[in-house]
This record gives sequence, structure tokens and C-alpha cells, in this order.
Amino acid sequence: MRVVLAEDQTLLREGLIRLLESHDCQVVAAAEDADSLALALADPDVADVALLDVRLPPTGTDEGLRAAVEVRRRRPGFPVLVLSQYVERIYARELLADGQGGVGYLLKERVGDVLEFVDALRRVAGGGTVLDPEVVAAVMARRRPVERLTPREREVLGLMAEGRSNAAIAAELVVTEKAVAKHTNNIFAKLDLPPVPDDNRRVLAVLAWLEF
Amino acid sequence: MTGPSRLRMTGYAALQVVLCVPALVLFVLNAVAGVLVVIVVGIPVLLLTLPASRWLADRHRRMAADVLGSPVPSPYRPTGDAGPMERLRIWAADPMTWRDEAWLLLAMPLALTLSLLVVLLLVLVVTGVVWWFGVGPIMVARSRLDRALLTFGTTERLEQRVEALTETRNESLDHSAAELRRIERDLHDGAQARLVGLGLTLGMAADLMERDPEGARRILDEARQTTGSALGDLRDVVRGIHPPVLADRGLRSAVEALSLDLAVPVEVRGSCGERLPAPVESAVYFAVAECLANLGKHADAAHAWVELSREEDLLRVVVGDDGHGGADPGAGTGMRGVARRLAAFDGTMRVSSPNGGPTLVTLEVPCASSSPRTRPSSEKA
Repeated sequence: MRVVLAEDQTLLREGLIRLLESHDCQVVAAAEDADSLALALADPDVADVALLDVRLPPTGTDEGLRAAVEVRRRRPGFPVLVLSQYVERIYARELLADGQGGVGYLLKERVGDVLEFVDALRRVAGGGTVLDPEVVAAVMARRRPVERLTPREREVLGLMAEGRSNAAIAAELVVTEKAVAKHTNNIFAKLDLPPVPDDNRRVLAVLAWLEF
Repeated sequence: MTGPSRLRMTGYAALQVVLCVPALVLFVLNAVAGVLVVIVVGIPVLLLTLPASRWLADRHRRMAADVLGSPVPSPYRPTGDAGPMERLRIWAADPMTWRDEAWLLLAMPLALTLSLLVVLLLVLVVTGVVWWFGVGPIMVARSRLDRALLTFGTTERLEQRVEALTETRNESLDHSAAELRRIERDLHDGAQARLVGLGLTLGMAADLMERDPEGARRILDEARQTTGSALGDLRDVVRGIHPPVLADRGLRSAVEALSLDLAVPVEVRGSCGERLPAPVESAVYFAVAECLANLGKHADAAHAWVELSREEDLLRVVVGDDGHGGADPGAGTGMRGVARRLAAFDGTMRVSSPNGGPTLVTLEVPCASSSPRTRPSSEKA
């Protein structure tokens, strides 16, 4: 898997390169600011996925996020995993707005769990959607959005938002895959989602959940 | 010649001559009622005559402003929705009330003479030439006289300003000291305590490394989870100091991000144009956050909205909801804190919340915009 990386803190950048290369990933470019990132992503074909820090020089605000939205505008569905010290729902919404999948948004500290992190990167590269449990929890904390769902269905939707497959959800909740499939079908029906291929449907469910 | 035409100024002069009659009546009534306050009878009279005197004075302020081509403010102390006795007390303590009285008494004869002169010069026809050249200077003199009595002079204004600034500065200092104490406590009880625990856990892992590698691995796993919790604590502290979306995107986006976390659906409308100065942005953000938090807790609303607008150098934010109303801005420490924080920027907060709703909180802050800052890399997250 070929990765374009953007991270301005040297220590973390070097650490990520080492981590990725020891897990069969090839870092084709490691940018340290917005300009070098724009150069690296000028031709998205050089990489299978981009791993971006939200805050990058020169202004240290949301350059990484804007670069992610921009590259996906040019190449719809180009897989992007965004890392940040903070996860904000408003940013998750912007990343997911094109409804294309292949989006990840995680807290930086999640790289600490190496296997899980590399797995998340692979799922994003494969067109999946991975949201940080903290974003999921923030949405979960509110009463409003999906009152029609049962607590169990909400739990399943939360894990779907984190990008888990039916098999992974079944393992997490200690139920059969068949039961999970039943829950997901109920969720799709209750949220009035049109019949579309499964992966994209899961993303749409997440979008509905975040109230787009 | 700039300013109003000669005929218009003569019209003003004629009006001023006519208005002398109610002025004289009002002065007498005010004086008599003022004395009769001791036997209560004066109170209802004053409640009518004082506002009438102010209305009359305001007419003259407007005419003076037009003639002089510069604003003549009406610097009365606000009474808000105080009861009748409280209103009388505020009026009595307001130096402008006494200046109005002095103006009614002293200026009227002199000012009347000037105005009458202008009118006569025109009416007598033969003095038309004198009128043509005289009307401007005479009316300017009359308007200056009105202005001198009906507004505060530079010294008085400065005194009032210093008084207000001293008060808001003390409040700001108190507020920031309290904030620092809160941050210190949050760090001490949160991230700091967890880092101490982390050191201990790592020490235990080092100790076990040789004898029980499997146990050491488990403890290291625990240590990693502790770093996660410590980071979570730090994130909460930083959000309380300066929220990341506010730093990245400015007020509108930050308010939107705030509204996403509320159980009540909140519509965010309008914009505040270019980026505001950082301190104003932050004060207004926390003010809106407090309003929205109150709304979520008490209003029982089905729908809420935040409307941002900017007129020249005034930022206005209205936070509204369709809840049951009856909010008392004086009741909670939160809203008083908001008002104090805004006062440091000469900002104001108005609450309108009749029983049955809707509740509208209007925040107004004067501001000059600034371009987005570029920050040193050491400051970034």
C-alpha cells in the first residue's frame, strides 16, 4: 500500500514512517507543510491513501482538512485518513459530505494501538468509513438524531460509523453475524435509505446519523 | 455653507420659540412636583413631566445636531424596566436630569432671544440682508449653547469613562484570575495526576520485564490507555481555554460546532464577515456557549437559532428559542459572567423573555476586524 503522509511534528512524522514501513506500507511522500502536501498530492495516482494531520504550517489551522476535501474534489473517493489532536463533528461532516466513502477521521493518539490503526488505514484505502469513537460518542450523547432506533440498533450504527464490518461488529457485541445483518437491515429501513450496494449504504447510514 | 439651509434653520428657530411655552410649564411643574414628593402627590406628576422634559430636550438636541453637523447624544442613564419608584431614583441620581432643569431655566430666555431674533429678521423683510448673513452664526451660537448644557463636556465624559473602565478592568482581572485557578485545578486533578500514574505503571513494567514479560506487556497496554485518558483531559482543558474550531475557522463555524452538540436543533444564520479580533471572538463565543447551555437546560425549547450580523463596527448576535420563556438574566452566575465578560469590550447583553416565550438574548459588541493571524509553530496543537 502506497501512502502520502503529512505531519509537521518531526518526531511523529518519523515514527509514522517507521510504523507504516514495518507494516508493508510504502511512504511515497512525507510532507511537513501545506505546500509540500499540495505538491505530493498533485497527482493522486502515486498513492493508494493519504494520511493527513489537520493542522499544518503555514497557519496551523485546518490546512490538512482542506487538502483532503480538495483532493477528493479532483479525484472523488480518493481515500483519506485525517488525524488530529481534536475530533470535531463539524469537520467529520465536511469530510463525509460527498457521500463517497474512503474517509477516516481519527484522534492522533489512536496510532498508539498499532494494529488497530494500520487496520483502519487499510479499511479507508479499501473505501470504508472510519470515524473516531469520540465523534461517535459525542453524537451518541444526544437524544435527538435516531430516536426511532432501538438501543441495540444504535450500538450497531455506532460501530458501523467506526468503520467495522458485520463480522467485527458481531464479535464486539458477542452475537451472530446473522443477527447483525438483521439489525443493519432494520437500520436501513428505519432511516429510509435507498437500496444501494452495501458499502456505500453503510456510509449513507452514517451520514444520516450525523444529520447531513 | 454646509449644514441645513437658511430657511430650515429659521424653521427651527420658529419651532424653538413655540416650544418655549411647554418648556416654561414643564420647569414650573418639575420644580413644584419635586418639592411635593415629600407628601407623595409629586410622584405621579414627576413620572409624567420628567419624560416630557426629556422628550423636549431631545427635540432640541436633534435640531442642534443638524445645525452643528455633528451628533449631540442623549446621555441619560438607562432605566431598563425598573418600577416607578426605582425609575425616579435613577432619574434623581442622573446628573443629566439636573442639567435639563438648568437648561429649561437658564438657557431658555437667552436662547429664546436668539431664536426670536432669527424669526423677526426674516419676518420684518427690511432686515432681510441681516437675516441672510446673520441666520447661520446666530443659530450656531444657539445650538452650541444647547449642546453645552444638554450633553456632558469632555471632562465629565472622561470621568464617566474612567469610572466604567476601572470597574470593567477589575471585573476582567477577577475573571482571569478565577479562570487561571480553574485551569490549574483541572490540570492538577486531570492530566497531571494521570502522568504520575503513568510513571508508576511504566516503572512497574520495567521491573517485570525480565521476570514476567507477559505481565509487563499487559501493564504497558494499561500505560498506553492512561496516555489516552491524559490526552482526553488536556483536550477538555484546551476546549475550555480556546476551542480548536474557533482558532481554525472563526466565530460562525465554532458556533455551528457548538450547536451540533446540543439536544435542541439549533439553526445558525448570518455571518460576521471577516475574522474578528481574537479576544472579541473568544468572549462572544463563550457568551453564546453559555446562552446555548442555559437554553438546553431550562428553556424546554423545540427549536433554537443563533443569528450573527455585523453593521460597520458593531457585532450583533441574537440567541433565540421557542421555549417557555421567563428567563431571569440576574438569577444565574453564568449570565452575569457573560455580561461582565462582554463589558470588558464595551459590549452589552439584553434579555427579553416574557412568560410563554420566546426568549431572545441579544449580544452587541463593538469591534474592528483583524486579518487572521499566523501563529508561531510552537503554539499549534
